[in-house]
This record gives sequence, structure tokens and C-alpha cells, in this order.
Amino acid sequence: MNKSIATIALVSICVFFSGISSAQTSTDPAPGIVSGNVSILFQSYQEDSLIGAVVPDSKSGFNAFSNINYNQGNFSAGFRYESYLNSVLGFPGRFKGSGLGYRYARWVDNEKGVDITIGNFYEQFGSGIILRSYEARNLGLDNALDGFRIILTPIKPLKVKMLYGKQRLDFDSELINGDGIIRGIDAELSINELIPTFTDSKLKITPTYSFVSRFQEGGNIVKDTLILELPQNVGAWDYGVTMQYEMWKFGVSRTKKINDPSADNGYIYKEGEALMYFLTGNIKDVSFLLQRSTTDNMSFRSDRDLLLFDAPINNIPTITKTHTYNLAATLYPYATVINGESSFRGELYYNLKRGSTLGGKYGTKMNLVFATSYSLDTTNFGREEGRPDLVYGYQRNSWGFGDSLNVQDISFEIERKFSKKFKAKAMYMNLQFNTLATPVTTDFKGIVFADIFVLETQIKTAKRQSLRTEFQVLFTEQDKGDWATVVAEYTWSPHWFASVIDQYNFGNPDEAKRVHYLYGSAGYINGSHRLSLGYGKRREGIFCVGGVCRAVPASSGLEMTFTSSF
Amino acid sequence: MNFNFYKTHSPVKSILLAGVFLLAMTAEASAQTIPSVQLKDLTGSTVDTGTLENDGNPIVICFWATWCSPCKRELNNYMDYYADWQEETGVKIIAVSIDDTRSTKRVAPYFMSSGWEFEILLDPSGDFKRAMGVNNVPHTFVYNGEGELVWSHNNYAEGDEEELYEELLKLVE
Repeated sequence: MNKSIATIALVSICVFFSGISSAQTSTDPAPGIVSGNVSILFQSYQEDSLIGAVVPDSKSGFNAFSNINYNQGNFSAGFRYESYLNSVLGFPGRFKGSGLGYRYARWVDNEKGVDITIGNFYEQFGSGIILRSYEARNLGLDNALDGFRIILTPIKPLKVKMLYGKQRLDFDSELINGDGIIRGIDAELSINELIPTFTDSKLKITPTYSFVSRFQEGGNIVKDTLILELPQNVGAWDYGVTMQYEMWKFGVSRTKKINDPSADNGYIYKEGEALMYFLTGNIKDVSFLLQRSTTDNMSFRSDRDLLLFDAPINNIPTITKTHTYNLAATLYPYATVINGESSFRGELYYNLKRGSTLGGKYGTKMNLVFATSYSLDTTNFGREEGRPDLVYGYQRNSWGFGDSLNVQDISFEIERKFSKKFKAKAMYMNLQFNTLATPVTTDFKGIVFADIFVLETQIKTAKRQSLRTEFQVLFTEQDKGDWATVVAEYTWSPHWFASVIDQYNFGNPDEAKRVHYLYGSAGYINGSHRLSLGYGKRREGIFCVGGVCRAVPASSGLEMTFTSSF
Repeated sequence: MNFNFYKTHSPVKSILLAGVFLLAMTAEASAQTIPSVQLKDLTGSTVDTGTLENDGNPIVICFWATWCSPCKRELNNYMDYYADWQEETGVKIIAVSIDDTRSTKRVAPYFMSSGWEFEILLDPSGDFKRAMGVNNVPHTFVYNGEGELVWSHNNYAEGDEEELYEELLKLVE
């Protein structure tokens, strides 16, 4: 304890004198700026046997964090203070206590092409297929790296990132990192800036290369009669190129990872591979996105023995659209099958112009999205000599689609402003969802076929006041049957809002489960400060992000949120 | 499940905490400016946000995402008035997409059909979002001609554009 106080005193003196020194030597020192934010979530719980809501021992949950950043010229430093007293339902229950969950110092000199970070940082190489550390705080996901990162621009066309660190895994009154050590390098080269004749070309070519390695103590595992050695160093690399001509863009990347037996893949020694490519552009008024991806055995974690949300090094993007309407977004959210999938997405956008016969006075926007994912095209090894079935599991025959559908999501949206006071949006979605691939329900195993219809309207009722409504219905003969959701939201700009949402499982085959999940909330906004209070029932559900899902239990009670930026 | 936890040393925590507080205490009070983060625009060019400027006229920075309905309502409504606002105040609106690796490829085709005339920047890793202290979207910031933060708002409701317009007018009075 005394040692810590002495250390703080020493650093304080150094910092104080360095401040004086800087003030004395610099003729025009950059001003120091303090900024940050605060987020508080409080929930109190009531028992509700109808929806299966229970009250935890602490009767309430409290999650809060605050980021404080200091910036002066090229230097910045900061920390995040976090509290889980106790964590709200649905968050990892082992998040406990209060303390620092993130701290860093950074020095950036853009002129000399040097950027150094010590402590915690978030980083992404390319598409994130071999490295993506990021935070989704509302889901309890944070895999920040903790170590050193150096970003160098030795020549203008070349940017190189190098990092060494451990990864955040948990929080118990302080940051707790995972077991493995992560090492990585990423290089991005601008051909246009490298070759003078290309400098002014509209065609921009950018090749990229990344390498990431994890070190974790090895050991042996026993499979049947085989004793197998676990690899201590697991390397993964990704190379690709993006080509852009004005608003047209094409990208392709190829990824490999050496054998990485893990809890995710059943401790098989097969190598991981991925191939991804996409094209975006426009033809006259129609713009589009085409995306194709095959990922095979690409789960990559700091600790080979962990599962679900814990310490993922990489992130395999989900192929389906991020839906916004309640029934489309929360009942059957697709998550990438991280052990392997072959997927495709196509999107079309079209805007009927303002003033045209079909477009109306303000124009009409349309959007069609088709996304699908299948299992891999594979053959399982048999029980042959050497037991390749236990060691390698399977072999992939092609980059194509396998036989088993994971998801098919087709949605069409149309949006139109009819007058200064009225606008509307409609959506139809056709969904085929394999609950064996993404286990979002325990009530049904197989493919759910669902049709979802949504109508959203917005009416300006008075100066700075408006009423927004959503009518949603989902029809399916599988799982929990049909659902309907009604949302009504009234806003008084710029400060107040009140809303009610009722989610009703009117088609549940079990009549006792035809429950209304009614939830009301109201809030006040003042600049960058926002307070909201809510009360009602929340159904149990699954939150999915980046290929993993987490179950959130049903709850009933009061909720308060406060967010602020400064 | 076996966890083999590595615990950080508390002196490191104390050092950083003490350092940041002391620097904050010794800092001169000053208006917030746009922090420097390297982002890409839709043509693939790198933009340093610390160098954003608008010839001494106001800059509005809107954080949005393709999956955020209120964000798109906000920007659609701003577009209805953008030509008038530019004429009266010289304002430039920069829309920063926080779409992550799952949806960032949607930004360009969405933008092309949107009819928006704003500058679009991509922040798929959330670096700029973190530097600006953004909790959730939409979040809108107004900077005056000197690049100083003068107004921000974390929400969008119909009619907020009138509040924004009044703030912009104050800057050119």
C-alpha cells in the first residue's frame, strides 16, 4: 500500500514538473482538453411467473461506466471506471465490483508517422477475420487488448501496425485478462501513393497483409487411444486487396490459420481457412452490394478452452442485415456459425426521384436485401487408421455451399414522405431460420419459416411534436407461433419523449403462454445528457454478436438509464 | 471451464490514474475541438478528423449507422433544409458512420440512393466515436468557425432540426 502511494507521489511530481517544463520551453503549448462520457443502467426486478421472470438475491442490478480522456497536442491518456453492483440480468454474472477496466496513454506524431499506445486499446486488422478487439458495452462484450501498439508510417504509402498484448476476459473490481499472448502485424500499402503515375488516378489499389499469432501454454489431450500435443503458438494470416474506382469498390481477401484445436471445434487439428469478396457500385440510380464469404474453422480465441463471448481474437461478420424492427431483430437473430459456413448477401437500393410521378413530391426509397448462409461443403473422415476423424474431423471439398441451410433472410422496404406532416415506411420479410445452426430457442429444433409485415408511420401533430407508430406481425407455424408488436412513441423536441411497446405472442400453441410483454418508458434529453425511465416486462431472448449468442432471461420491473458526454 | 486469469498490477493502474488526474488539473480551461483520428471517406481517401475545417464556417458532425432508424430520419430531414442552411450559414455537415465490419459495406450503396449531399466518413472500429465520447447514436455536434464545440445533442426527434438551425444562426449573427 505504502509502495503504491510512493509510486503515485513520484509520478505526480514527474508529471507536475514535466508540465512546467513544457510550459517554459514551448512558446505556444497546445491546450489540454478533458472529455469523456458516463453511462448508468439500473434495473429493479419483480417476480412474474407468467413470463418466467425471477428476482435475483440483490433485487436490483447496476451497471455503470465512465470514460475520462485527457488530450494535449500529440499526447492523450485516459481510463474507464466500471461498476457492476451487481451486474444487470443478462450480463455475464461474474462481472463484479468497481474499478478500472481500461486505461491507456498514447502519443501520436502524424508528421513523423509515429503512433504509440500503451495499456488498453482496440484494434482491427482488415475485415477483422484474424484480429478484431472491440467493445459492445450494452451486450457485455469487451475484448480490448492490453499491451503495446505501435503504428508507423515509414513512407507515406505504407502504414504498419504492430502489437503485443493480452486480451480482456473478465472484470472483478479490476481488469482481468485472458491466458494467451497476442502478437500481430498489419500492413497496408497504397499503390497510388507509391507509384507517381498513379497518384491522380481515380482507380485506387490497396493491398493488405496481416499476421496474428497467439501463444498459450500447451500440453497434451487424449482422444480415444491417441495422445495429442496442443500447439503452443497458433499463427493466422490474411492477405487481400481492395480496388476502388470512384464509388465502385471491389475487395477480396484470403485467410489461413494453422491447426488450433479448441473447445469451439472439438479439439480437431484441421487448419482454418476463409475466402471473402465483395463488390459495391451503382448503375444509374440503382446501387448495390454483393458479398460472398466462406469461412472454415476460423474460431480464434486468446484461450483455446473458452467458448461463447469469452476472449475472441477475431470476428467473423454476420451475413444477414442488422434489422431494426423488434420482431425482425430480436426473435430470430442470426449469428455466424463460427466453425464454418458459406454465405452470400445481395442488396439493391433505388430512390424514386423527388417530383417524379411515382416518387411523389419528396421521393420514395426502396431497398431489397437477400442474405443466405449454408453449412460448408464437407466430407467427414471415417474411423480409419490414425483416426483422421478424431484428429482432423472433416475435409472441405469446395468453397461452395453445403446441404444444410443456416438462414435465408429476404426483406423489402419502401419509405415515402407524403407531406410535411406525414411519412410512412413498410417492410416485408421472409425468413427461413435453422434453430440448430443458431440455437435461439429451446422450443423448436429445425427450420422456422416466418413472414413478417411492418408498417411504420410518423405524424407531425404540432410544432416540434410528433407521433410515431409501428405495427408489426410475424406469422409462423413453428416454434412459439405468431407474434405481434405495437409501438407508439410521442416526442416533444428537443427534450421529451414517451413510448409504449407491446409484444404479444398471440399465436403460441400453448394458450397459457399467449402473453403480452408491455413496456413503457419516458425520458428527458438535454444536449448530450439523456435520462430515461422504463417499467414493464421484457421477454427472455438471445443477444447475438459476431457469431456468438448470449441468453438474456425474462425480467419484469423498473429500469433507469442515464448517459452523458462531456 | 478453467480460467487461468492474469491479473493486472494495481501500481500500473495507480500511476496512470494519478497521471491523468494531474494532467487534467494542470490543463488550461479550453473549448473542445475535434480530436484527431484517421478515418476513410467513401472514395477510400484517408481523412484526419483533426484537420476538418470549413473556411471559418460552422461544421456539424452527425454520428449515424445504417441500422439506426432515428439517425436516418435525422439526416433525411437535414437534407430537406441543407441547401438553405448552407446559403444562410455556410454550414458543412459530416455524417460519420459507426457501422462495424458487419454493415460498413452497406454505407456506400445506401448513401448513393439516399440523395444526401453530406460528406461521409467511416468509423468501423469506433475510434472516432470513442474520442468524441459518443455513447449511442444519433449524436450530433456543432462546431463554430474556429473549430470549437458549441452544441451537442444525443437523440433525434422530429423538430430537432429547428433547434439545430437556431444554433447555426447564432453562429453567424
